[in-house]
Order: sequence, then C-alpha cells, then structure tokens
Amino acid sequence: MEYHLRTPLEIEDIKKLNAGDIVYISGEILTARDEAHARILEMDEKQEELPFSLEGTVIYHCGPLMQQTEKGWKVISAGPTTSGRMSKMTPPLLRSHGIRAIIGKGGMKDVTDALKGKCVYLAYTGGCAALAAELIKEVKAVHWLDLGMPEAVWVLSVEEFGPLIVGIDAKGKDIFSEVREKAQEKFEKQK
Amino acid sequence: MPSKISRETFIQSIADLLRKAEIELPEDVVDALRKAETAEENSVAKSQLQAILKNIEIAKKHGVPMCQDTGIMIFFAEIGNEFQPSFDIEAAIREAVILATVKIPLRPNAVDPLSRKNSGNNIGTGIPDIHWKLVPGNHLKITVAPKGAGSENMSSLRMFNPTEIGNIKNFVLETVVNAGGMPCPPLTIGVGIGGSFDAAARLAKEALLEPLDTQMEGLEREILEAVNALGIGCMGLGGSTTVLAVHVKTAYCHTASLPVAVNIQCWANRHASIVFGGEE
Repeated sequence: MEYHLRTPLEIEDIKKLNAGDIVYISGEILTARDEAHARILEMDEKQEELPFSLEGTVIYHCGPLMQQTEKGWKVISAGPTTSGRMSKMTPPLLRSHGIRAIIGKGGMKDVTDALKGKCVYLAYTGGCAALAAELIKEVKAVHWLDLGMPEAVWVLSVEEFGPLIVGIDAKGKDIFSEVREKAQEKFEKQK
Repeated sequence: MPSKISRETFIQSIADLLRKAEIELPEDVVDALRKAETAEENSVAKSQLQAILKNIEIAKKHGVPMCQDTGIMIFFAEIGNEFQPSFDIEAAIREAVILATVKIPLRPNAVDPLSRKNSGNNIGTGIPDIHWKLVPGNHLKITVAPKGAGSENMSSLRMFNPTEIGNIKNFVLETVVNAGGMPCPPLTIGVGIGGSFDAAARLAKEALLEPLDTQMEGLEREILEAVNALGIGCMGLGGSTTVLAVHVKTAYCHTASLPVAVNIQCWANRHASIVFGGEE
C-alpha cells in the first residue's frame, strides 16, 4: 500500500500502516540525532520546557549539510543517518513525547515495544541526500546550533518526502530484525 | 629540480579534487550499482537501488555532495623521491580542506574525541589523515577518500592465532551480519590480512580504493558469494545485493600473529586522484 500523510500526525494515521508499505510525508519534520536526543532527555529529566513541541511530530535522524545565505539557511544535502545509534534513547523519548513517526536508515534495535500503538519507523534510502534535499522546501527554524550543524535540531518543511518504507510498524512487525535474524540463521548454518 | 607548481594552484587543485570526490562517484562504482539494480529481484531492494542511482544523477546535475555525511578527509599521498615541493604540502592540504568546507560546502564533521567540540572546518589534530608513501620518480599523486561514519563505525579488527586462517571468512561474515542495514549496503569490503595491528587496518582501507571491476579471486569471491547469500540486501531491507565487491590485501606478519581488519564502505565509495609533475 502507498500512503500520503500530512503533519501533524494522529495516532489513527499511523496505526493503519503495515511494515513494507510506502509512505510520503508532507508538512513539518524535525531533525534530531545523538546530541539532540541526549539533550531532550536531559531536559525532560529536569522537567524543563523544550524550545519546540514534539506532539504529533516526525523526527528525522539526519545531520544535514546546510549553508547560510543572505536569505537564511539553505539545505544542500540531507539524507538519513544511522538510526541504530539512537536505539537506546528512543523508548524514553517516546514515553514523554507524542512523536508519531521516526525517519532514518538501517533500522533500530529493541524499539518495537516502545513503538507499539503510537509510532512507526520509516526507512529512507541511506546516502540519498541530494534527492532528499530536493524534497525539503524550507528551513523553518533551527534550535541548539551550539551542538554543531549536524547535531542541531532543524525544523524543515517538506513536500511528498519519500518514498519511505515502513520498516517497523505500530503493531510490532520489524522488517530489519526479520532480515537480520534470517541472515544470522544462514550464517550459523554455513559456519 | 624544484617542482613548478605554486602553493595557490596546489590548494585550488586539492579543493577541486575534494569537490569531485563528494559530487561524482568513480565510473566503476556507478557501473557496479547499475548492474546490481538490473540483477536485483526483490522489489523493495530494487526501489532502494533506483533511489541511489537517481541520487547520483541529482548530485551531479546540481553539483552538490551526494551524501550529507561528507566524511572525514583521508588522503593517500605518493611522493616521488625527486619531487621537490617549494612549500609545506601538508599545510597546503589542510588549507585546501578548509577552503573546500566553505566552498563546496562540506559538513563540519571533525570533533575532539572527548569534549566532542566541533572545530567547524574539518581540521583538527590528526585530521585530515594523510598517509605518505615515498616512491621512485618526480611526481606527486594525491588520492582523497572522504569516509563517512555510518560504514566506518561497522568496521572491525581482530588479532587471530596463526592457526585460525580458516576463521577469516566467518569473521568478515559476522561483521557484515552485525552491521545489517546500518552501513548503507550495497557495500565494498576491504580486508587487510597480515602486517601488524595498525598495518592490517591500513591495508583494509587501501583495498577499498581498488577498482570494483577488477576480477575477484579465491577468498575475495568466496566472501562475496557467502555475504550475498545472507539476504541482508540494499539498506538491510532484504535482497541479494549486500556487497558489490570484496578486496583483500595482504602483508607479511610475525610468525606468531594473524591480524585481520575488515573495513566497511557504503555504496558511496567516494575517491578521486590527481597527479602533479611526472615525466618531462
């Protein structure tokens, strides 16, 4: 199945998605990777208010390459980063924020339970950063630039961002771990 | 005879070389990806390979880096013993990286390993990484290979016992299985066998620079077939294209050692070379 979704996302939007479906997203997405995840969790712990809302949002595991021009920030290249690095920080993030979709590459470990019933993991082709940049229409804001360009939180306006493959759906099906388990089995057999 | 090249021309040439490496893949790499797309039967994997080929086209058309992870700059410099530069080449290379960071632009990726502070210009202690080889002749050949973290992080090194030669293939397979889709397959795998702890890693990295259309033999072919039979596929979503090529480089080692390094490279096997001077 192919779906075209617009942000903010409702739980109903993502509950119907099945692993393997193709999704295109329009609206607003926020980049966040290692350092931004760590800072959000740190602020949550201290019960401090974030400078942006995560309700109904889409998080993009991406450290974009940006250029500052007279008209503001311009996206040069903005593909997904390895989601596996955010695996441990994702369940606590999902407990305290209504994030409805995570875009990244390579899949995540041990997050299916945390995603169940409220969030999906969408895979975007790794390295396809020039292609992604074409689908980003505007840089709406940037937070936490002190973390450096790749680690800052960039608020991006996107149009038909995709094709994204539903890698982990909200029902507990995870294509990446299925592929990995099968590969592991074949590896053990031929040893 | 001192080399005729001026410092300014050299810096501009190296900055141009970086631009080429970031925007355009070597033809043998693009060919291998095209062949993989044609051969792939898994529809999801095929769609991913098509996205990669489209991305390569767009990067070239717009003159932008194909991946936002523009990497850290790794240089291989081959200098002829008769090549006499009139300036500090390493300093000029560093200047070229700073220039390229602004002009191309490149993402500032270089950070202090402990404070994680980003230098902002891709320069820092030990970065860029420049490897020198002194050879006969009057030329200077510079190769740059920007290396992204996604694939580099999945690389591995193990010191085997000399009697464990039979375990080398499984070590490579284990490395690839653990990596899954994280290093952005289809991969190039460089395997360094022998040397010492650090020499094996160097061999593995140099193996990544081998043209992908060279004939693979023996262990290389054996590993390639075994990896592709695992079904990890493009981006780890399944399929038959996990690896485009496996290249093995060896060096003599201590009789009591068997170092093996596996350097993983994503589909964007970026590198470019330029030669200064030479025969007159």
